Amino acid sequence: MDNAITIEGYSKSYGAIKAVDGITLAVERGTLYGLIGPDGAGKTTTMRTLVTLLRPDAGTLTMAGHDVTKEVSVVRGITGYMPQRFSLYPDLSVDQNLSFFADLFGVPKHEVPARKERLYRFSRLDAFSNRLAGRLSGGMKQKLALSCTLIHDPEILILDEPTTGVDPVSRTEFWEILRELKAQGVTILVSTPYMDEALQCDQVSVMHAGRILASGTPASLIAAFPLAVFALYDRDLVLRAPEMLAVPGVHSVQAFGDSIHVTAAPDVVASALAGALAAALGREVTLTRIAPALEDVFIELVETPRHDS
Amino acid sequence: MRRRLLAIIRKEFIHILRDFRSLMIILLMPILMIVLYGYGITLDMRNIPFAVIDDSNTPESRALVRAFSDNGFFLLVPERITREDVQRVFSRRSAGMVLVIPADFAPSLSTAAVTRVQVLVDASDSNVGTFIGTYSTQVLRLFNQRRGAAPPALITLEPRILYNPDMKSAYFFVPGLIALLLILISALLTSITITREKESGTMEQILVSPIHPVEIIIGKVLPYVTIGFAIGALILVFAQLIFDVPMRGSLPLLSLMSTLYIFVSLSFGLLISTVSKTQMDAMFRTVMATILPTFMLSGFLFPIASMPLPLQAVSQALPATYFLVIIRGIMLKGTGLAELWPQAAILAGIGVFILAVSIRRFRMRLD
Repeated sequence: MDNAITIEGYSKSYGAIKAVDGITLAVERGTLYGLIGPDGAGKTTTMRTLVTLLRPDAGTLTMAGHDVTKEVSVVRGITGYMPQRFSLYPDLSVDQNLSFFADLFGVPKHEVPARKERLYRFSRLDAFSNRLAGRLSGGMKQKLALSCTLIHDPEILILDEPTTGVDPVSRTEFWEILRELKAQGVTILVSTPYMDEALQCDQVSVMHAGRILASGTPASLIAAFPLAVFALYDRDLVLRAPEMLAVPGVHSVQAFGDSIHVTAAPDVVASALAGALAAALGREVTLTRIAPALEDVFIELVETPRHDS
Repeated sequence: MRRRLLAIIRKEFIHILRDFRSLMIILLMPILMIVLYGYGITLDMRNIPFAVIDDSNTPESRALVRAFSDNGFFLLVPERITREDVQRVFSRRSAGMVLVIPADFAPSLSTAAVTRVQVLVDASDSNVGTFIGTYSTQVLRLFNQRRGAAPPALITLEPRILYNPDMKSAYFFVPGLIALLLILISALLTSITITREKESGTMEQILVSPIHPVEIIIGKVLPYVTIGFAIGALILVFAQLIFDVPMRGSLPLLSLMSTLYIFVSLSFGLLISTVSKTQMDAMFRTVMATILPTFMLSGFLFPIASMPLPLQAVSQALPATYFLVIIRGIMLKGTGLAELWPQAAILAGIGVFILAVSIRRFRMRLD
């Protein structure tokens, strides 16, 4: 198997705080791989180590077969990294920002115009090439940041929450660009807090408290979900979650947009659960069994206390 | 290598030119300071207010008062006071000196061998007190000479003061100010430009590129040499225009030495940036590490020879100590490289050392 990124037994601590606790992960060449997890899960630390900005305490990490601690400049040359807070130079124009990164990464001079042309085409920033980066909208800034990380044609892209704080339309556009890049053979490791984005990945890993709790395709993670999910379209009931949790068979109660998701053992029937809840709450309850979403899987993984280790 | 270096240099120049307001502040602040120091802070005094208690009230006593008030050092306070008022006059600071002429002044002048007048001095500022005492003695000596009553002296001391015959403070301050401002501004420029990139996160992006720390550092230093040089030139021009400070030595030599000193100062700023995380932190450290030592210990204000030994050791480590010898030598004495090369060599040594330490300390990672 041809892996673009491998991580084996990787740990990293900041003083007494264990940010990453012995994770192992492999990303196949040409895949769009998602890292999902709450803040503080260790996603940023992992990504920074992959791009040689941090030294691992333990473990082996490789990018396209190159060890990130030993072949630092090789890894830096083949990687495009977009930090969570990608900062452009606000007082440089769009074009000057691109030129700067082209020079920094040693893009051959004669290729620069063509690369810029291509990046402008897919980011649709050509109309703004002379605008100062500081005057761009959030979505445009994000696209410029991505363009800057792509200027040297990296084999592997590491994107740390690239769409956080970006409007939904720009987010959709941004993911279209990622799929285009993937089609061109670029391996992409992206972290995201958004489940709709995680669903667009080929593979995902759920990270929490420095560990990987589950990995696989989004579909396989959903298929492996061991519980039945019931939707309750009465948000007021969220305040009475403790009473609902006390009902035998109820595993969890979570607010989800306009509904409440109640999980229970897979053999529980909707009508029986509705009856039990109605008795506990002293009012009529209507619920329907639904297919679990990736978010149910994520919450179940992250929120359930783990006893196994 | 050259391309990445040029990329950083070009980018820094764009930063400098786009931030026009900061550039103006950087260029105008030295001019403001030179005017302030040159005019406001002067060690010589003029128009010291003085009051008179004239118990004699004769043409002779009035001649003495005129001798005091006519020379520009002292300014007569138009107020009649008595002995009881002296305390009040000093407390209110309406006079810095009170001249007391006794009732027998006029007859004593013509008969007695020695005639005494009293000069009461407010020495709450000892420096000022000393000046007033010296000036008063000079006025009295002149008064005696004019009356033909100067005592014959066997040996007359006739000092000739070289390089600054009028003892103008500006001659003394301007070279010192150039030394102070150049190190302050140069160190601030580099320490801030690097910490700004750390703070904004752009450093993270530069670091993931295949760049070498030397390229970042040289790329950051070179553009600011030009700014430092412009500041030095501005101060010199203003010092000439306003205070007539002479330029007796070679201007090219001074430019060369200033460039060396700016390079040392910029490197010092770099060193500070390697231990600072934020711009505020860098600014604070730079100001603390440059202004006070340069002001107090470089020989700018106080002669190094009169400092206690540990402080002398500190002053030997300051770049400004050597630059001051160089700039005063060139500007006031017309000294050349033949005499100044030891200072120049030490300065270059300090610069190379600081730069090497900065490059070593410059971390290419985040942890």
